[in-house]
Amino acid sequence: MASSNGSDPAAPVRARGLVKRYGELVAVDHVDLNVRAGDVYGFLGPNGAGKTTTLRMALGLITPSEGTVELFGRDPLRVGADALEGVAGFVEAPRFYPYLSAGKNLELLAALDGSGARTRIGEVLDTVELTDRVGDRVGGYSHGMRQRLGIAAALLRRPRLLILDEPATGLDPAGMRDMRLLIRRLAEEGITVLLSSHQLPEVQELCDRVAIVSHGRVVYEGALSDLRRQGGAGYRMHTTDDAAALELAGRQAGVAHAHQGEHAIAFQAEEPDVGELTLALAAAGIGILSLTPELATLEDLFFRLTEGQADEVLDAPASEDGHSELVRAR
Amino acid sequence: MSAATAAQPSARIASAARVRRPAVRTIYRWELRKLVSQKRTYMGFALGGILPLAFVIVQLLRNHQGHRGDSIFFSEITQSGLVTPVLMLIFLSAFMIPVIAALVAGDIVANEDGNGTLKTILTRSVDRGQVFAAKTLAAMTYAAIALYISAAVGTIAGVAAWGFHSIVTLSGSRVSASEALLLIAAGNACYLIPLFAVVSIGVLLSTATRNSAAAVVATIGIVILVYILAQIPGLEGLRPYMLTEQFQAWQGLLRTPTDWTPILHSAWVCALYAAPALFAAYLVFLRRDVAGG
Repeated sequence: MASSNGSDPAAPVRARGLVKRYGELVAVDHVDLNVRAGDVYGFLGPNGAGKTTTLRMALGLITPSEGTVELFGRDPLRVGADALEGVAGFVEAPRFYPYLSAGKNLELLAALDGSGARTRIGEVLDTVELTDRVGDRVGGYSHGMRQRLGIAAALLRRPRLLILDEPATGLDPAGMRDMRLLIRRLAEEGITVLLSSHQLPEVQELCDRVAIVSHGRVVYEGALSDLRRQGGAGYRMHTTDDAAALELAGRQAGVAHAHQGEHAIAFQAEEPDVGELTLALAAAGIGILSLTPELATLEDLFFRLTEGQADEVLDAPASEDGHSELVRAR
Repeated sequence: MSAATAAQPSARIASAARVRRPAVRTIYRWELRKLVSQKRTYMGFALGGILPLAFVIVQLLRNHQGHRGDSIFFSEITQSGLVTPVLMLIFLSAFMIPVIAALVAGDIVANEDGNGTLKTILTRSVDRGQVFAAKTLAAMTYAAIALYISAAVGTIAGVAAWGFHSIVTLSGSRVSASEALLLIAAGNACYLIPLFAVVSIGVLLSTATRNSAAAVVATIGIVILVYILAQIPGLEGLRPYMLTEQFQAWQGLLRTPTDWTPILHSAWVCALYAAPALFAAYLVFLRRDVAGG
């Protein structure tokens, strides 16, 4: 149930004012996160933006300098391992004991999980297709196999929340595709996924909600679709007289950022204003040869948000629960 | 993982389950299994076993006839095989056994930190305190096993070379072979008291430095430093409270009647070393950021 401030206190992940300082360096700067049940939540940012540090705080591995983070309403710093009930995943690369086989590694982790996790080892190895390598020492595993073993280790815990930090990093294209399919499949089974990544196609394909971090701060949090809409509906237009059309578009109400592109006029406008523009062009005797709508890509928006153009992003509309999702624009 | 397989939904994994916390003994058992799976574990054991074996072989080769040394036992080497483990404990207790103990104690936390596996186990259903307790117990178990391997090899090799006979005590009285065997076992048990203090210091350094090599070397360094301090003229008053002095406390068992004074003294002096070290290590482990790996 959502609280009055718009966030569910028992949400899979709820961070408030999370700060991590290392001396003078502020690695994470007042980060708020709201991962809702059922989300495939993308945690996006360039390297060094503070994603992994935030995830480490979420898992109780490091102590925040300020703020709190709760998993299903439980703070790992206050309740210890109990806060990780129903939570699994890995930060940075999954790590195992290289001198033990995959099977022994999973047996060890299952012993630390309790609750009959040991009985699921075969099942999770099947899921990630490592059954035939179960007896091999992890020290001889490829990077991709370790990533898959990391997923298997996480699934042993029957998680309701899966925290994955760059799970596809270092995988070949087929491995990346398989990883995406696996994540999608787990999400379809009802597992909430918090996916840290800087691979935009991966996030675009998998995630419904995102937080974008830059220099330790969240510059956007909300639905991916909202973000793309806020990026502005752009259009490209080619006419019988581009120079005259550009001059007219520049004067037309509701048309913004009209400029001559490489082979066409580019501008931003809402749909009704585009209709008005086409009528005005027709009235001026200018024929429209092509008019193509262009939604901003996640990549465009990502760079605008993380490379100092965040101010251009419009204020986000309030979400369904009334919580304004555009947390901060630099 | 093929695309086809990955795309098949499996409802088996999705449902949530309450996690029951495992006991410290479960984590401890796995700490031991990790030790058993590593080569360096056997290097320590081998070191503890080779030296008594080498001692016996060398004595046999030089056709030892007995000679006088610092200890009454030197002249008794060939009289009974049970003298060998006593001599070995005298020789090895000052430095070699603490070094073997430090190899694991200094490594047990730092190694996992460096390899990134600490974060792996700390994101399961175990509390940090449980992990710390299991690791400390595992390091102590290793030290104890290494010590008893050394004693066992010394006993077996000695008995094989010179027979299972009575031995003379430090008081000059003679005890039967079976009684001597019990005294050897008990003497090694008493030696565990200062050895566990060394382990505690090693665990602290392992936790605090996050660097295996530094922790192992520093632990050994501390033993050497205390040993040197104990030799400095003018510090005689401090000597009874120095850790290295406690390494010989077990010899109280080899007196008739048994002299418990050095053993009891050793117990509380070593507690003064071990308890603060373990408490500090526990606090560091509980509060530290796990950012490695």
